[in-house]
Amino acid sequence: MSSKKIGDVILEVKNISLSFGGVKALTDISFDVREHEVRAIIGPNGAGKSSMLNCINGVYQPQQGSVTLRGKTYRGMSPRQVAEMGVARTFQNLALFKGMSVLDNIMTGRNLRMKRGLFWQALHLGPARREETEQREAVERIIDFLEIQAYRKVPVGRLPYGLQKRVDLGRALAMEPSLLLLDEPMAGMNVEEKQDMCRFILDVNDEFGTTIVLIEHDMGVVMDISDRVVVLDYGKKIGDGAPDEVRRNEDVIKAYLGAGH
Amino acid sequence: MDTFPRLLLDHATRRPHAPALREKAYGVWQTLTWAQLAALVRDLALGLSAAGLRRGEHIVIVGENRPRLYASMLAAQALGAVPVPLYQDAVSAEFVFPLNNAEIAFAVVEDQEQVDKMLELREHCPQLKRIWFDDPRGLRHYDEPGLASLDELLAQGRAHAAERGGFFDAEVAAGAPGDVAALFFTSGTTGNPKGVIHTHATLIDRARAGQRFDQLTEREEVLAYLPPAWIGQNIFSFSQWLVCGYVVNCPESASTVSIDLKEVGPTYYFAPPRVFEGLLTTVMIRMEDASALKRWLFERCMSLARLVGPKRMDGEAIGLLDRLAYALGDVLIYGPLRNTLGFSRVRVAYTAGEAIGPDLFSFYRAIGINLKQLYGSTETAVFVCLQPDHEARADTVGVPIDGVEIKLSESGELLVRSPGLLKGYYKNEAATREALTDDGWYHTGDAGFLTPGGHLKIIDRAKDVGRLMGGAFDGAMFAPKYVENKLKFFPHIKEAVCFGDKREKVCAFINIDFEAVGNWAERRNLPYAGYTDLAQRAEVYQLMLECVEKVNADLAQDELLAGSQISRFLVLHKELDADDGELTRTRKVRRGAIAEKYGVLIDALYGGKVSQYIETQVKFEDGRTSMVAADLRIIEARTFPAVKGAAA
Repeated sequence: MSSKKIGDVILEVKNISLSFGGVKALTDISFDVREHEVRAIIGPNGAGKSSMLNCINGVYQPQQGSVTLRGKTYRGMSPRQVAEMGVARTFQNLALFKGMSVLDNIMTGRNLRMKRGLFWQALHLGPARREETEQREAVERIIDFLEIQAYRKVPVGRLPYGLQKRVDLGRALAMEPSLLLLDEPMAGMNVEEKQDMCRFILDVNDEFGTTIVLIEHDMGVVMDISDRVVVLDYGKKIGDGAPDEVRRNEDVIKAYLGAGH
Repeated sequence: MDTFPRLLLDHATRRPHAPALREKAYGVWQTLTWAQLAALVRDLALGLSAAGLRRGEHIVIVGENRPRLYASMLAAQALGAVPVPLYQDAVSAEFVFPLNNAEIAFAVVEDQEQVDKMLELREHCPQLKRIWFDDPRGLRHYDEPGLASLDELLAQGRAHAAERGGFFDAEVAAGAPGDVAALFFTSGTTGNPKGVIHTHATLIDRARAGQRFDQLTEREEVLAYLPPAWIGQNIFSFSQWLVCGYVVNCPESASTVSIDLKEVGPTYYFAPPRVFEGLLTTVMIRMEDASALKRWLFERCMSLARLVGPKRMDGEAIGLLDRLAYALGDVLIYGPLRNTLGFSRVRVAYTAGEAIGPDLFSFYRAIGINLKQLYGSTETAVFVCLQPDHEARADTVGVPIDGVEIKLSESGELLVRSPGLLKGYYKNEAATREALTDDGWYHTGDAGFLTPGGHLKIIDRAKDVGRLMGGAFDGAMFAPKYVENKLKFFPHIKEAVCFGDKREKVCAFINIDFEAVGNWAERRNLPYAGYTDLAQRAEVYQLMLECVEKVNADLAQDELLAGSQISRFLVLHKELDADDGELTRTRKVRRGAIAEKYGVLIDALYGGKVSQYIETQVKFEDGRTSMVAADLRIIEARTFPAVKGAAA
């Protein structure tokens, strides 16, 4: 059914190496991400997947290598600067304000889009007020998109885990990113929640044309929704390609199932 | 003002800026005025006409309550075409019969889910040419012949607006009250569904009768949340909406109904008993979590409400002290509770469809909600009997209203005659002849009687009503469902099956409610090893006996039904289950199947035994089976002599 066109390379990761003291988290990793694609990074526990994502959005500074986003190579950029370039992410362990409502949590994602400063917002006058209405409209569209209207005013902490994940996605979407990084969006979910989440990820990719890089544990899910897959093991890249190629890759089978199989 | 499109245009001329419909979209209630709605209907009608919809043809409408689907119904009616609303939760295969039966070539549906169903059945319904959808989400890449959005249909309509300016008005003028207004398919328990034909005249007549009965005005607020394919929804949110000119509010989504209910604060409300039960349960669960002081206050206030509230609603005189205490309770508990439930502004609330438990019914009346019952069906355009404001009872369904005549056939079946009766079943002459006799009486299939106060009391489906033979109540009426419902109103009883037709006395199987009885047992430190063990405990039998004897005492009050008192009963060792073929999927008892399967138990009940051994196979959801065996005890219950002339 999908008729999306995968475009040029927009993100290029070249020869990244990252270590913490003597521990090598990533060794010489290179791969690229094309516009409009769903790109997965998979690998067993401790393979370095989250570290890779952290290098892309500026949380970690790799000792070697470079990240190039839309022709701009950056080193030593803060997460906020990366975010300003249109990169949003969700977190494996959720980064939500548990005591705040769903609405307010997603509103925090609009932070970068607010033009009026704290002073205007505090006064809540004229332009700031208009701006808040605009921001609310954008948030409402996300709430509608993610079908969480019934929980708009519910504190996030009272929601089941699967819904919290959806709110986390909503907060990331509120930035209107062109590149969305998802850290284990399906972890800890039941089958139905996973299916819902897959549908939302594909819809985001399809309707908004957002490029998606996702980390996932569940091989089945990854193979179904990704265009290309990078496989990491002990900080090294052991496979890269379309889901079918990766599935046939001997090294990948070994890493996942153990050498005995 | 005798057709729906003319009613619409009348509102649009007289009160163009008054709100007609509201829909919550993106978190904000959006209002459509009568003038805006009329313009929308006109554009849709021109679009539908350009697409080939002609007078007398059918068009299917499927979806939740959405303003543009309501407008599509009106647009079809404006052209003299007939909207056929179908249940939005039905599976694709269930649409095939109605679509073919009514030769349907056009469909207006809500969203991707419904579009998928329509596309799936196309091979069985080749005549289905055009499908329009309201919500384009997920449909961007669909490229099917004849599939388009309502926006495109509207654009086509607008393109024709200039050249065919007078066309719409001429089409509305050409309509007559006797034209068919809608076709409602009723799900028969056997065979194919039947299309019930209603004209503008039948629906408008009943809508007006209901309006007069409850003095409904254009200031009412209604929340449209039940399936539009159900005639009740059509009456409350379409027919009466156009007749009275009040505001219909469409919830944001199915999951937000309770939130929207609170925001809208309807003044006129309908819900089946299970909705009222669900609301009460949420209140009770939240009360359990409240602080001890709040719980104490709640209990104090509720016991007062149970005492004073119903009298107050019935318009009886109340002592000054009680009045003051109730007023205090209203400030502290009843008012806030009504607000939490979304019933602060309710002036008239109805329930119907199944029997409502007396405790549930009086709870709502006790806290000051004017909850009443009504009786009607698809064939009668709903309004047959309604309860007047001060005469609401849990066990009757009200008095015949304006224009309605009722009588009982010799077999005890209720017959109805009113200007709101169906014109027949679509292309089903045999069913029409069976239900609608030449002298204009509709055979409801329900057995009932009129109380001395003139209220109708429905006791059972006519075909299930039997007679006792021999014994103390020889020849007395036996209404199994009536008795079973009375038993099921006790929270400890999940299900009951009564036997007695052509027998000398009534005997019953009872299913305990495992959760409720389990809790009850734990509070009494009564150990049990599982369902079967708990069900056979002597203490549980004692509990059940109390329930049965209360029912018997109650039945004895009623001369007609005194014979249905239960003489002997047993508690079943397993829960009756649809997987074992004992219940239907909608949890109705399958009497025949149960009588066959448990024949040995029935023999034991009537044979005077005190216990009976039985082994039963149970099927699990995954297809595995296992055996449950138990020695079931059978005990006698006290019955009471009938109280003469006390039927009330």
